[in-house]
Amino acid sequence: MKPRIVITGIGWVTPLGCDIETVWKRLLNGDCGIGKTKQFDASTYPTTFSAEVADDYDYRKYVTKPDVHDGVGSNTAFALGAAAQAWQRSGLDKFETLDHTRLGIYLGSGEGSLDFNNYAAANLAGWDESANGGRGGIDAVKWAHKALECMTALCEIEQEPNMPLTHLAMEFEARGPAYNCLTACAASTQAIGEATEILRRGDADVMITGGAHTMIHPLGVTGFNRLTALSNRNDSPQTASRPFSNDRDGFVLGEGAGMLIIETLDHAIARGAQQNILAEIVGYGSSADAYRITDIPDDGHGAIRAMNDALADAGLTTADIDYISAHGTGTKENDSTETGSVKSVFGEHAKSTPMSSIKSMLGHLIAAAGAVELIACVLAIRDGKLPPTINLNTPDPECDLDYVANQSRDAQVDVCLSNSFGFGGQNDTVIVKRFQA
Amino acid sequence: MSRRVVITGIGPVSGLGLDIESNWDALCDGRSAIGPIQAFDPAGFESQIAAEVPEFKISQYVPKTYRKATKVMARDIQLAVVAADAAARDAGLTTNGTVAPDDPDATRSYGPGRMGAHIGAGLIAAELDELTGAFVKARDEQGNFDMHQWGSDGITHLTPLWLLKYLPNMLACHVTIIHDAQGPSNTITCAESSGALSVGESLRVIQRNAADLCFCGGAESKLNPMGWLRQQFTGRLNAQSNDAPADAVRPFDQNANGMIVGEGGAIVTLEALDTAIQRAPHHTPQNASHAAPHIYAEVTGFGASQSVHPESRNALPEPNGTGITLAIRKAMQEAQITPDDIDLIVPFGIGVRDSDTAEATGMVNALGTRLHEIPIASIKPMVGNCLAGAAALDIAIAAKAIYEQRIPATLNCDTPLSGLNCQTAPSRELSIRHALVIATGSGGQNAALILRRYQP
Repeated sequence: MKPRIVITGIGWVTPLGCDIETVWKRLLNGDCGIGKTKQFDASTYPTTFSAEVADDYDYRKYVTKPDVHDGVGSNTAFALGAAAQAWQRSGLDKFETLDHTRLGIYLGSGEGSLDFNNYAAANLAGWDESANGGRGGIDAVKWAHKALECMTALCEIEQEPNMPLTHLAMEFEARGPAYNCLTACAASTQAIGEATEILRRGDADVMITGGAHTMIHPLGVTGFNRLTALSNRNDSPQTASRPFSNDRDGFVLGEGAGMLIIETLDHAIARGAQQNILAEIVGYGSSADAYRITDIPDDGHGAIRAMNDALADAGLTTADIDYISAHGTGTKENDSTETGSVKSVFGEHAKSTPMSSIKSMLGHLIAAAGAVELIACVLAIRDGKLPPTINLNTPDPECDLDYVANQSRDAQVDVCLSNSFGFGGQNDTVIVKRFQA
Repeated sequence: MSRRVVITGIGPVSGLGLDIESNWDALCDGRSAIGPIQAFDPAGFESQIAAEVPEFKISQYVPKTYRKATKVMARDIQLAVVAADAAARDAGLTTNGTVAPDDPDATRSYGPGRMGAHIGAGLIAAELDELTGAFVKARDEQGNFDMHQWGSDGITHLTPLWLLKYLPNMLACHVTIIHDAQGPSNTITCAESSGALSVGESLRVIQRNAADLCFCGGAESKLNPMGWLRQQFTGRLNAQSNDAPADAVRPFDQNANGMIVGEGGAIVTLEALDTAIQRAPHHTPQNASHAAPHIYAEVTGFGASQSVHPESRNALPEPNGTGITLAIRKAMQEAQITPDDIDLIVPFGIGVRDSDTAEATGMVNALGTRLHEIPIASIKPMVGNCLAGAAALDIAIAAKAIYEQRIPATLNCDTPLSGLNCQTAPSRELSIRHALVIATGSGGQNAALILRRYQP
């Protein structure tokens, strides 16, 4: 019998706000956090808009040790604010006898944003037109000279993908197992699943888990624009993210963090925190498409395997699932393949199981997306309300499920299944359930 | 009772070579791969030597049908693909990567859903020639970078798949595609502990029966100007030994001067003992049939922990090594052994004084006086610090050492830190029941693994 694992804290930093209740209300209201990109001049890019965290967001409001975090990048800043909220909500901030060697962290956080202007300046200063037989190339000596003059150690070190993890460990004195996984858009769902496994096998009592990421920076947008993965609807950012709609033309970059405190039920009970329990994590499945780095297989075999493994792990059937939090990016390929995969797994229950994508409102938080979406599942269970897929006005014959179009809905929600699929064929599914003692 | 898990294939990729034989022979001979950097002109940087992987053609390590995809493999990805190929062949596996994918007669060792991949990776820097070649199309009249020109035109000079060359999860993705491994898959990005954490996670996946085999380990290359800049910024590099590469890395020596970066890593195949025996009679010390694959060692203990220090981000270790002690204790507890059962330590041991001192303190607090008797073999003087690949390489070599019952040569330690058994010495036979591998690094994540001599 596997130990039961419960969620006792949640926190997020998102384009629709930075506290649980405000953002949840706005999601149910169908508000959209997408607008013109402000943090750099994207005005001539194929995509000029994104879903950004408010520019007055300040992690220092949330932390107790500001000195050790001085100079952090955006990912760590988002992670700290979200984790501090989750920590407080779990009541662990007031639990003085916590064994910190049994407190672990498992994040799915992204690489940091480049120090772009200085990087570009160093690259141009190092360019030698005559190198490589006249095709041009970098003169490493000239490059080093300029780079050492204009780039800084702190800024470079803070781009390492384990930095959000390291800063959370310092903030909360977490000495248990500590991991960061970076499996593209599936990362934070995978982190939550793996953190659950760590608790189940007794390697820790409490885990801080989730993810933080921004790719809203000059090379991030460049990369996705070159892949033609982003929506180009520059004249209408607020309606650009259109998961499952026939006229969808790509995803919209978002940024932020979602963090959860999860612990063994025994530990939560022993510290008298039953009233903090928000939901139970009951299933996790992970797979690889092993297909192509650019495409999803038509038959969706990887996604199907992840969902089936999560259901088997939970000991549940598709009839038990009340809501699916879709990966639902708004790309042509993802949404139709995901729909097909859900049909394969759910069979006759597919049409009667509501499935929505809050990426229609928050954009795609890449590594952080899954954690934010799982928190929405927790709140759906708590309040009996399903967040909508907005901008869904043109039905796609290939996407014919119940996507909770445009309006949130009251529903009895006891069990939610949340999907995340990443570039390169990473698939992860986590199932959460209403807690019953 | 969880399943027994063994290492059946070893694919090291380092400055010493691209397979286990070349690496093991050189390590036993005490040959260092560290020399002047060839990949770029390092004259503008403080440290100008490294252990670089010898030239190879990536197309020779992938199936014919997959050659096109090698165009979108950054160096780190290539190293992982080569290492996985070497590991699969060493393990005697038949996968889509080792036999022709369209050969209807070839059977596969495992179904795709029973194979996973957990691979450690670092932050991959974009190739500067390629990116800057596009940047120069977006200069203003003064020759400065112009964001408007970049967005409207500059970006079109990059290949559409540009981003996919540099995503850290692409090491695991290409390996899963080549070998058709559709089971649990992960990419761990925790600096030098990545490789050990990836092997530890694979151990758990197989123990909980979510897969029978995992490709696990890690690989990284910082042999490009951007990577090298970031390494210089960590403040750990030895800048005083550019003229004496073979003597540069001095693990646990009182005259240590800093670390040298290597490129490479390793992939090992971790397998459930029950299915490993089922698929092929294995070559063991007790059953010396040369046609059969090996069981190098059993993985019996794994512990992970985090060091907490206000300067963790600057790669400064906890002076008292608390996190390292904790990881070692957890691994020993799971393996149900005491310090007396350990006969070899393959440490982090990078030759950075405060890091080595903290690691030594962490070891002594976990192992007590027994530590003085256990030989410590850091391979860093020969292969450098391979970062996300470092611990994977250490695990690969520890497994081989157990199998051969031999310790590699230990170099450059004439005045060891007090109480450590790590003096300069040639390779020698050694009775090894258990080996302890220790991983720690920038950011403070730690891992320890116990490998046991295989007994049926």
